[in-house]
Formats: sequence, C-alpha cells, structure tokens
Amino acid sequence: MFAGTTMLLAVAAEAAEEAAQSGGLPQLNPHHFTPQLFWLAVTFVALLFVMSKIALPRVADVIEERRDRIKRDLDAASRLKDETDKALADYEKALADARANASGIAKQTREKLAAETEAERQRVDTQITAKLKEADARIAATKSKALSAIGDIATETARAVVEKLIAQDVPAEDVKKVLRPLAGE
Amino acid sequence: MELAAAKMIGAGLACSALIGAGVGIGNIFGNYLSGAMRNPSAAPGQFTNLLIGFALAEATGLFGLLIALIILYG
Amino acid sequence: MAAEGAGHHGPMEQFEIRNIFHLDLFGHDISFTNSSLMMVVALALISGFMIFAMRGRSLVPSRVQSLAEIAYEYVAGMVKENLGEEGMKFFPWVFSIFIFILILNLVGLIPGNFTVTSHIIVTFALAAMVWLVATFIGFWTHGLGYLKLFVPEGVPVWLMPVIIPIELISYFIRPISHSVRLFANMMAGHTMLEVFAGFAVMLPWWGKIAPAGFMVAFTGLEFLVAFLQALIFTVLTCIYLNDAVHMHH
Repeated sequence: MFAGTTMLLAVAAEAAEEAAQSGGLPQLNPHHFTPQLFWLAVTFVALLFVMSKIALPRVADVIEERRDRIKRDLDAASRLKDETDKALADYEKALADARANASGIAKQTREKLAAETEAERQRVDTQITAKLKEADARIAATKSKALSAIGDIATETARAVVEKLIAQDVPAEDVKKVLRPLAGE
Repeated sequence: MELAAAKMIGAGLACSALIGAGVGIGNIFGNYLSGAMRNPSAAPGQFTNLLIGFALAEATGLFGLLIALIILYG
Repeated sequence: MAAEGAGHHGPMEQFEIRNIFHLDLFGHDISFTNSSLMMVVALALISGFMIFAMRGRSLVPSRVQSLAEIAYEYVAGMVKENLGEEGMKFFPWVFSIFIFILILNLVGLIPGNFTVTSHIIVTFALAAMVWLVATFIGFWTHGLGYLKLFVPEGVPVWLMPVIIPIELISYFIRPISHSVRLFANMMAGHTMLEVFAGFAVMLPWWGKIAPAGFMVAFTGLEFLVAFLQALIFTVLTCIYLNDAVHMHH
C-alpha cells in the first residue's frame, strides 16, 4: 500500500507537472523532491545523532542528579523529623511520668504529715488531760484546804468579835465547840 | 464553461469542508468550557486533550481547503 | 492572484524552491536549495541551543537551561504518558521529531524565510518514517500477531468483513493524514498571510489598516499553530508507537 501511495503520488505529480511548470503549486513539482528528501535525511540524521549522543544525555543527567539530590535531602529531612518526633515523645513521656510521680509523692508526704500531726495532737491531748487532772487535784486540795481553813478563820473571827464584845480572851477550842454544830459537820 | 471559471467554482465549493471544521472546533471548545465551569480543578488536566482534539478537527477542514488550493493553483 | 502567469506575484510564489548550490549525486539532483538552507539553519539552532543551554549544568538552572529542561520534560512526559517508562528508549527520536518540526515551523514565520514544512514531500517523508518505524516495531514485537490490530476485540464475526477493511484503510491512511495535517496547516497559514499582505500592499491608504491589523493578529495565531502542529505530530507519533508496542486498542 505504501508502494501504491507512492505510485499515486508520482502519477498525480506527473499529471500536475505540466500545470505545475506553468506557475502552479511548487509543492507538487517532482523536480524538487530529491533535493528536499536528501537534505531532510541528512539534517534529520545529524539532528538525531546530536540529540541522542550529546544534548539529551546532558539534560537527562542534570535532571536525574537534581532529583536524586532532592530525594536524598528529603530522606534526610524525614529521618531527622522522625528522630525529633521520637525525642519529643520521650520528653513528653518523662514529663508525664514525673508528674504522676510528683502527685504520688505529694500524697505520700501529706499522709505522713497527717499521721505525724495526729500523733502529735494525741500526745498533746494526753499531756493536757494529765495537766487538767493535776490542776483539778490541786484545786480540790486547795478547796479542801481553804474549806478547812474557813473553820479556823471563822473561829478566829468569832473569837475576835467575842473578845471585842465581852472584852475577854476566849480560848479557841471553846469557840470551835460552839461553831461546830453550826457548821453542820 | 471555461476551465478557469470551473476551477474557481470548484475551489469555492471545496471550501465548504470548513463548515464541518468550524462546527467540530466549536463543539470541542464548548464542551471543554462547560466541563471546566462545572469542575474547574479538573480543567488543566484536560487541556492537552483539548488541543489534540482541536488540531484533529481543524485538520479535516484543512484537508478540504487543501483541495481548494490545489484546484486553484495546481 | 489565481492561476495567473509569471509577472504577477501570487501567494504561491513563497513556496518556490530556489537553488543555492547545484549538486549532483549519481545523476540525481541534490542541490542545496533554500529549503535545505532552512533545514541546516534549524539543525544549527537546535544543536547550538541545547548544547549552549547545558553548558553550566547547574542544579539550580539558569533561564536558558530551564528552557532546555522544560522542552525535555515536556516531551518526556508525553512519551511516558503514552508509552510508559519503557518507551523512553524512543525518546531521542521523538524529541528530535518534535523540536525539528517546531523550529522549522517557527523559522518559517520570520518574514522572508522559507517554510520547509509547507512542502508535502517533507511532511510526507517524516510521517512515512513514523509509520514505517511503528509498523516495523509492531511486527518485531508481536510477530504476525500484530495483524490483530485490524481485528478489534468484542466484534461479532458477521461484522468482521465490514470492520476489517475499515480498520485496514484507516491504518494506511495514517501517514497521509499525519503528513497532510501539518502540510495543510503550514501552507494555508502562509497563504493567508501572503494574501492579506497583498491586500495591504494593493489597497489605497484608507484600506491598508484593516489587512495589516489582521495580519498582526493572524501572525500571533500562526505562532500558536506552529507550536500546536509540532505538538500534534509528536503526540500522534507517540500514539501510533503505543499501538505498535502495546496492542490494546
């Protein structure tokens, strides 16, 4: 079919040649086919050679190198980022642990202090109770002493009054004898 | 009728192939525009296909124009 | 302007091949023409640019090096998308096709220059090369199983006598459509430019502005078309190669 196409083109070209020679389409003038084809082949093969051997490998190398470099940099960056993330996670964990620890310690200390305070309070309580008892005893003693002293004071006072009244010394036992029933002992 | 007159008429008639080219190109760009209006983010991805479609539709019209030029000047 | 004789500048005169040196090889004419000159200029520009751009070879590219790298990455992306990673062995060839056609198209847009790709024989030679290479690779990879390309899956048997000729014809039309697309775009573009330039020259002073303004806009469009047609040629090359290497249609 390619041969057929070429033949068709050649026939058409020949038919058009007469018309073409007289100022028709230059494209269809077969005279010009060979030089164009020859130089097209020469220049295209030369271009193919230059491109594939010289120009395109250079461009490919630069693009490849840039891509590798970027990939390496990105890999390093992502690796460093992973390390940073890990360090951050570790730090956070340590902080959380420390905080948990701290609250535990605080609780422990609170309990210990509370226990100590309680013990102290009880000790002080015991002391105070003892002191109160002692004071009560002293008050009772003083009271009984005072009460017993009242009898003597009353006797003395009565004696002084009687003496004043009767201008005579009265012995204390006599006064006591009189006062005793009045005291209601 | 003279050959020159017939050539002119023939060339003029051959240019009617460009009607199809105009309709086809308008179709392609119209569809691309309506698609781009509905989905603007997908439009740049299809831009190459748009140009390919345009060139192929234009080509058939230009085949007719070519015949006209060959009749006129060949 | 139409099929007139020699005195009048027609829009087709810009496509004339003019000899610069006359050379002969075994009786065949291989003169160095304006077309050949443009091809050599394109070759020099491409090689010079690529080699100069990579002179620094720095990891942080300069602007010129960036340009070369962008071209490389763009075509490499295209090849990888259509052919997979293993398709990179075709990359220098595909890249050469792309950059050659692109620079030939662009150089032709400089006023006064000759557009090499506006000749059907040039584009047909390139398209035929692509088609032949794809067919050869197809047979080399799959042997005679490559012919299964014309028998798509899931087609009922009674439909085969219709489908197979259609597939065959569309396969053989490939080099023609591939080449004519580029050729017609270039020729039509340059013819339009020449016609409107003719208007701008011929019309009196009050009529010169409109064609000139249109030409400015149209030249911008022609730059786009130059790039686009090089791209389309390359994309279709990759697709045809993909059909040959991996046969799922």
